[in-house]
Amino acid sequence: MNNIKILLNGIIKENPIFVLLLGMCPTLGTTSSAINGMGMGLATTFVLMCTNMAISALKNLIPNAVRIPAYVVIIATFVTPLQMFIEAFLPSLYQSLGLFIPLIVVNCIVLGRAEAFAGKNGVIPSGFDGVGTGLGFTLALTLLGATRELLGTGKVFDLALMPEQYGALIFVLAPGAFIALGFLIAIINKVRKVS
Amino acid sequence: MEKLKSTLPNMFLSLMITCAASGVILAGANLYTAGPIALSKAAALEKAIKAVTPEFDNNPLEDAYMAVTSDGDSLLIYPATKDGRQVGVAVDSYTKNGFSGEIKVIVGFDTEGTLINYSVLQHSETPGLGSKMEEWFRTEKNNQSVIGRPLSNGNLSVAKDGGDVDAITASTITSRAFLNAINRAYSAYKGTDSTTGATINKGGNDE
Repeated sequence: MNNIKILLNGIIKENPIFVLLLGMCPTLGTTSSAINGMGMGLATTFVLMCTNMAISALKNLIPNAVRIPAYVVIIATFVTPLQMFIEAFLPSLYQSLGLFIPLIVVNCIVLGRAEAFAGKNGVIPSGFDGVGTGLGFTLALTLLGATRELLGTGKVFDLALMPEQYGALIFVLAPGAFIALGFLIAIINKVRKVS
Repeated sequence: MEKLKSTLPNMFLSLMITCAASGVILAGANLYTAGPIALSKAAALEKAIKAVTPEFDNNPLEDAYMAVTSDGDSLLIYPATKDGRQVGVAVDSYTKNGFSGEIKVIVGFDTEGTLINYSVLQHSETPGLGSKMEEWFRTEKNNQSVIGRPLSNGNLSVAKDGGDVDAITASTITSRAFLNAINRAYSAYKGTDSTTGATINKGGNDE
């Protein structure tokens, strides 16, 4: 399997949200607006790429029976300093993203890719797999965030598309996340079947 | 290289080394970023204080002190002085009466007790309803704005409670909570002697 194929696999065929239904907690929680969804997605992409490559490089030093705890420790070791560095040097980004970064540790997509791909493949393909899955996650979160923002407040990326009073507040709140995600998955399944 | 077998010494060593390396990396990152994080937090706080007080030339973070409110709580007060004379204060106030969770507000007063400006630092009110407080109470429309109101004439309250501040549409609870935070800020400020800067309960300048 070549690297481009691995990359596209994560974005379309095995999209973590729309196809695998992994990582639902940050998906539902952080997509109250398009920009929040995109920020969370990009932060996860970065972490996925780093952890996938690190775990792939270390895979022979980790005995099979203890691989899960070792992976979790490695992932946490990437996320926590990342959070510290963002807080220290990019305070304005931390203001909007800070809450979500610790959520990446418990994101099962990251552990899932480590287990399913990085533990069995080389460093470079693992890096591509991380970026592909991360971009698929980003795409799904941005789409869901944009849908909720549009239906809830009439804006997308803070750009007003319709007057705010037509927005249904429920889409910005938690129940709207479930409703919007359900319909998005239904539409994407339909499109996939047709094509 | 061959993959390590799952024998007890292998598992033990592998996990121990992973954890030890992780600990060293985390400690290093913490050591390296602790300073910049404290600096950026102080800068953000100072920016918030600047936004709600008249021009000052002291360091309000160093001169901060704790003051007791009328309901027995204590709040942190940042005095703003210019050429040695007090020109106003910023009060780090909060309320637990919000619709969902605490609302943290920093409120600025001049020496007469007139509200200069406020800034909502943290809240988890309903988006699109209660979250409007960040702009609502400084918008010049009907009786919405609280900017420039003298609190020496008594506490602020919403129209529904007999006051003269217009509450946010469909968010009376948030509006009440917000005004509660402002009133508490004023009562903490009033409780201290503004002319001598005498303090009731001297506190450090921690967060």
